[in-house]
Amino acid sequence: MSNQTDYRAMAARFHSLVALVLMVLAFGILADGFFSVDNFWTVMRQISVNTCLSVGMTLVILTGGIDLSVGSILALSGAIMAGLLKSGTELPAFDLYIGYHAPAAITLGILVGASLGLFNGVAITRFKVPPFVATLAMLTIARGLTKLYTGGEAITGLGDTFVRIGSGRLLGVPNQVWIAAGIVVAAGVLLKKTRLGRHIYAVGGNEVAAKLSGVNVKRVKLLVYTIAGSLSAVGGLIVTSRLNSATPIAGEGFELDSIAAVVIGGTSLSGGKGSVFGTVLGALIIGVLNSGLVIMGVDPFWQTVIKGVVILLAVVVDRFNVKE
Amino acid sequence: MVPVEQNEVILAAEGVSKRFGGVQALDKAAIRVLAGQVHAVVGENGAGKSTLMKILAGVHRDYEGRVMLAGREVIFANPRGAQEAGVAIIHQELNLIPQLSIAENVFLGREFLNGLGLIDFKKTYEETRVLLDNLDLRIDPRRSVTELRVGQQQIVEIAKTLALDARVIIMDEPTSAISEREVDVLFDLIRSLTQRGVAVVYISHKLEEVSRIADWITVMRDGRTVATQACHGVSHDDVVRLMVGRDMDEFFSKTEVAQGAEVFRVEGIRLDHPDRPGDYLVNDISFSVHRGEVLGLFGLMGAGRTELFETIFGLHPKSSTGRLFLDGAELHVASPLDAIEAGLALVPEDRKLQGLVLGMSVSANISLANIVLVERFGFLNGRLEQALAADYGNRLRIKTASPGQSVRNLSGGNQQKVVLAKWLATRPKVLLLDEPTRGIDVNAKNEIYKLISELAAAGLAIVMSSSELPEIMTIADRIIVLSEGRQTAEWPRATATDESILKAALPRSLSVSRADVN
Repeated sequence: MSNQTDYRAMAARFHSLVALVLMVLAFGILADGFFSVDNFWTVMRQISVNTCLSVGMTLVILTGGIDLSVGSILALSGAIMAGLLKSGTELPAFDLYIGYHAPAAITLGILVGASLGLFNGVAITRFKVPPFVATLAMLTIARGLTKLYTGGEAITGLGDTFVRIGSGRLLGVPNQVWIAAGIVVAAGVLLKKTRLGRHIYAVGGNEVAAKLSGVNVKRVKLLVYTIAGSLSAVGGLIVTSRLNSATPIAGEGFELDSIAAVVIGGTSLSGGKGSVFGTVLGALIIGVLNSGLVIMGVDPFWQTVIKGVVILLAVVVDRFNVKE
Repeated sequence: MVPVEQNEVILAAEGVSKRFGGVQALDKAAIRVLAGQVHAVVGENGAGKSTLMKILAGVHRDYEGRVMLAGREVIFANPRGAQEAGVAIIHQELNLIPQLSIAENVFLGREFLNGLGLIDFKKTYEETRVLLDNLDLRIDPRRSVTELRVGQQQIVEIAKTLALDARVIIMDEPTSAISEREVDVLFDLIRSLTQRGVAVVYISHKLEEVSRIADWITVMRDGRTVATQACHGVSHDDVVRLMVGRDMDEFFSKTEVAQGAEVFRVEGIRLDHPDRPGDYLVNDISFSVHRGEVLGLFGLMGAGRTELFETIFGLHPKSSTGRLFLDGAELHVASPLDAIEAGLALVPEDRKLQGLVLGMSVSANISLANIVLVERFGFLNGRLEQALAADYGNRLRIKTASPGQSVRNLSGGNQQKVVLAKWLATRPKVLLLDEPTRGIDVNAKNEIYKLISELAAAGLAIVMSSSELPEIMTIADRIIVLSEGRQTAEWPRATATDESILKAALPRSLSVSRADVN
């Protein structure tokens, strides 16, 4: 029984759902082999990384902000995980070499993502840098650091344990899908069922009123950017492990796909309105679109055009229903 | 436009009425402005001055009655239409674009273009310089308006109206933000304008200034123009009496409540002025409130009431000083959260911008300041939230379709009740209300007065700020008056009179002694 229920938001989700169903049906007819169990899992695997990023993006956008650095944080965290696994840490001064098992490397990688996210949050709350600018700066900084760390080359050969995370299965479901699903559920519960979630909606809906009502606006913002950074790192985990390789250009452009998923899913860019469920629909729509067009053999450049048109349509339809 | 002789009627309103929803803002108001003369318009907040001026300046198109320009009836389609007809208004909040230069502001929308369709800056600067010289402001027109003091910015606004060839200039509270010397400069300017045949309509609360500069004075009250007289020979007391006199039908009478011990005390509250160092928005305010008492805080707009509440509530921890005491113990409030935890609650002035998250439901808004009430095992519980909303919905008689409904669609009165419910849910000891009935129709107002009465009877200490005299006289047990950030008077309700309150609330120029207060 959600108290956030607002008929407009529900209508927006309805559109996304209807659009998704129509698309699936259409591709089922037009694209041979679209309607298969195999393809279903392919799509699921393909959207798992974007889903992780988009969930974090949803939280940030709900507070009225934006995070352009998710792709770069993905790359840097993935690179650090790979680097630690492959070569460990050397401290010649102490004549020490530290090797890492997968869990340790993964934890540290996620911590790196969280710290970068926290850095974004501090820039935004303490130094009043607009989110667009702060995360744009982080986009470049993290990308640069990734290239420095990797020396411009891929880090490969990361060991079976690690690789299994991204490419293995559990109970017939790919691990990456489990991870993404877990994050979706956790975030959904956070938003609808916890004090923090309520505060997130309040800050995005009316920051002044939230502050006057005793909400610690700065803390809420710090948390959402930190979470977004951590989730970007999880995305980095999936990408790096399923390719068994961390590349300096990993994640380039991912921020756009994640913003697209959030927008198509009905979340308002001005904050205060939206849901994780909507974002998942958005990610699915993008995934289905990609899959269907590829199977139909459509020119990849046309695919990008079509994706852009879909984003526009989603927002226009949303606006039509919003009687302000 | 047809030229009008000096001292002839250039702009007139006859029988002008206007409703905003349930509120009658103007009721057959009438005014006749003569060319080359200064016509002052005075009245309490809500008397209808702004609305009448907006109609004259073309901001509102939808009204009853007639507006006549140079003897002929006109209907202005929009402010631009009024400007082209020669009627210009200078708002209290100046309408200059900070990033642009003086010249660009003066000719905004009417830029000189050269043959290629590009802005002819040379001509613009020259024309501006001519205007400024006439107004005795010798400043490079290329400079940015942000470099000017407020008094100079006002002169730029006047230059703007002159560039429009305005024959009637309406000035809304022109001296509220300028120093005394600049007031002298402004008055010299106004005199030179009137000598040239321009008519000036001067809205102000400052009666001393009005007597200095105006030829005529019109007093407005409850949307009506109750009197128009030649300014010479009218005493301030007469004017105040006209501003205030009303039919005393009490539609609500407050039950007497036994008052308890002192619950809340503030001492020496000061809030720095953000733009004028050394000056204060709130200047040494001290008061105390008892259990069961309603303390009324009266003041006109700009008196500092909202700023006082904000300071008490922890919104300006770094630019304010003063001490707060609750039940005798000193409080340290550095944020709204501190204030709430101490037992204070603030219903802010603007319910849509500050009191509610419009996109959330009624029940979500009600629980926002005290979410722990609806949590179970660390998670939000839908049923608890519904119950809380239903409880307050009943107690405050909030009319909604369902608690899950978005609060955006409620009427003003019901929205205000939701804000009140939110704060009552924090179980406060002290309730601060900032203009709680602003923009609410008469019936809902009465309901809110009743609620306030009930809350006082239940032992709450209430401080309520208002700029409406009848409201304060109805609901407050004791009345404090604020004017320009200072505390100017305090009376128990029994000895307070409408006139004495208003007199204490009117801002005064520095040249007048304070001997004639009270």
